Amino acid sequence: MSPTGYGPDFLLDLYRQMVLIRHFEERVKYLFLEGVMPGTIHQCNGQEACAVGVCAALEPADVITSTHRPHGHALAKGITVVEAMGELFGRTTGCCKGKGGSMHLGDLAKGMVPAIAIVGGGIPVATGIALAFKMKKEKRVAVCFMGDGATNEGAFHEGVNMGAIWTLPVVYVVENNLYGASTPVSWVVRTKTISERSRLYGIPGVTIDGNDVLAVYVAAKKAVRRARTGKGPTLLELMTYRITGHSRRDPALYQPEEEKKRALENEPIGRFAKYLLDRQLADQRRLDQIAEEVDQEIEAAVEMALAAPQPKPEDTLQDLFVA
Amino acid sequence: MTMKRLSIAEALRECIRGEMRRDERVFCIGEDIAVRGGWGGAFTVTLGLEKEFSDRMINTPISENGFFGVALGAAMMGLRPIADVQYADFALLAMDQIVNQIAKMRYMSGGKLTVPVTMRAPVGVTGRGAQHSQSLEPFLLPAPGIKIVCPATAYDAVGLLRSAVRCDDPVMMFEHKLLYGSKGARAESGAIDASSEIPEEDYVVPIGRAVVRREGADVTVIATLLMMHRSLQAAALLEQEGIDVEVIDPRSLVPFDWDTVKASVVKTGRVVIVEESPKRNGVGAEIAATLAEEMIDHLTAPIKRVAAPNTPAPFAPPMEEYYVPSVERIAEAVRQVTSY
Ligand SMILES: Cc1ncc(C[n+]2csc(CCOP(=O)(O)OP(=O)(O)O)c2C)c(N)n1
Ligand SMILES: [Mg+2]
Repeated sequence: MSPTGYGPDFLLDLYRQMVLIRHFEERVKYLFLEGVMPGTIHQCNGQEACAVGVCAALEPADVITSTHRPHGHALAKGITVVEAMGELFGRTTGCCKGKGGSMHLGDLAKGMVPAIAIVGGGIPVATGIALAFKMKKEKRVAVCFMGDGATNEGAFHEGVNMGAIWTLPVVYVVENNLYGASTPVSWVVRTKTISERSRLYGIPGVTIDGNDVLAVYVAAKKAVRRARTGKGPTLLELMTYRITGHSRRDPALYQPEEEKKRALENEPIGRFAKYLLDRQLADQRRLDQIAEEVDQEIEAAVEMALAAPQPKPEDTLQDLFVA
Repeated sequence: MTMKRLSIAEALRECIRGEMRRDERVFCIGEDIAVRGGWGGAFTVTLGLEKEFSDRMINTPISENGFFGVALGAAMMGLRPIADVQYADFALLAMDQIVNQIAKMRYMSGGKLTVPVTMRAPVGVTGRGAQHSQSLEPFLLPAPGIKIVCPATAYDAVGLLRSAVRCDDPVMMFEHKLLYGSKGARAESGAIDASSEIPEEDYVVPIGRAVVRREGADVTVIATLLMMHRSLQAAALLEQEGIDVEVIDPRSLVPFDWDTVKASVVKTGRVVIVEESPKRNGVGAEIAATLAEEMIDHLTAPIKRVAAPNTPAPFAPPMEEYYVPSVERIAEAVRQVTSY
């Protein structure tokens, strides 16, 4: 059951962020299918509550690492729609000046390392960020977003273990969407949950309903407080579902119809809308208005990105070394 | 003799099917290679094979270092694995198993062991940014103990894969994303037709044998994979300018067919080497250095290399276009060496 007692401004902001991410992903998908947007994309539709709930528990100075599926994390951590859209279009106005693209969205100024598209690659990196916070005696926290699939990379074991033995201020967030690409998690993990792996490292681990944005927020808040107060890492497993293809035009035929249907009924935005409406924290008109505002913001960003300058070919040679 | 026209992805699939039927020691191991309703690996090569070989299509966790090691262990026990990564970039996570173990095991055993591991890895810059673009040929060239092949056509893909699977040594096959001809949701924009008529008969392409793709008298251009196709296009362009280009596709980088290349150099005296990865220490560097050592009397112009700059692959299309050697850049290099 979702906790109560939060102010409507806070709750509506969570809602707005989730809708922003969903509509951003949908818009991007069309732009991609129309051939207007270059590259490839991995949408996070259905997983918005993970990004939003966790990032709502963070301070601006906290730092996240992300994955090949980073759009939601980026928007939730404060990268603007303009900066994200610019990057997806490969424009100089993008958060990586067009060097990175969809899979490397990020801006350290906003507390997000350019996303790491090598599955599991971010786990030791987040651990290192946390080590720096500890060594520099800064009260900042690192959060490592990863998928269920990443927990089978050697980097998971190495990274989480180091976070644990050095009692670092880091939270390992596993978005368990039941698939690593097309492979069901049940084929590749023997334990019932992924969070129980945490015990082997001597850190707490919990499995949470990752489609309940408030439950995610509460769990993240606790893990972040633990990290910030010097008590070490937590492993959060957020149960969720990707209600879109893995990438590009993937029709996700490996997801059983029945499972997909249930997932659509359980998706986080519809659920949170119901929560807000049931408690009369908002009416449908307000929710529609949020959707409209968000769409305007996205449309403006698309227009700006399309009008923004492309990098010059020779810009390829810039940004390799400091000097 | 009946023939079928197949793309590289289709041809590899049929070839793997044939090898698995022929020899029950052959099995496939990799990520997302055996999921019903899935994609057959990242580029459809193993699509549907799990229906026929349910117990020999090993669908792994995302654990590259792990499953390359598993392939090695199984190979030493007499099986013949075909291990693939979805993008060559991810083979970097398995470099311990590939370079420290697979490449060296036979040597360290004093020649007592055989390691019949076939490895497959898609290369090429395709709009995905710095971590999904790398060509690993230059990473593996200095790892003695691994044979390296690079098929540019479906015919060669089949012939080389058969050779690789039947060979008792480790072989890495680099395949190009834009040459697969993958269909449906896995189609690539900017793809080039590399399909071939595939004979029914059980032919092989020997590892270590180059092919002259186009005969010419003025300049020798050496290139594999996508760059080979672009070199052919450049040659067609240059023909109109009266420059007669010979295009050699080495097909194997280790062992390398020096005889074919040297015979061409004797004829033309001019060499351009084209590759898709950064110029520094690339495949071209190795070829150029050897030719400089051994063929200097035949060279009438400096050897030219056309390659990517010494940076990671950028994302934005204008930069990516600049990064990957184009037909025009290849043609320009040829013009330069002919001006000597
Ligand atoms: C080291 C590595 N291996 C394989 C891939 C290809 N790949 C990209 S995403 C993905 C699945 C990842 O699954 P998961 O961690 O559960 O994240 P999700 O896609 O479900 O968000 C795979 C195999 C990769 N990017 N990096
Ligand atoms: Mg997953």
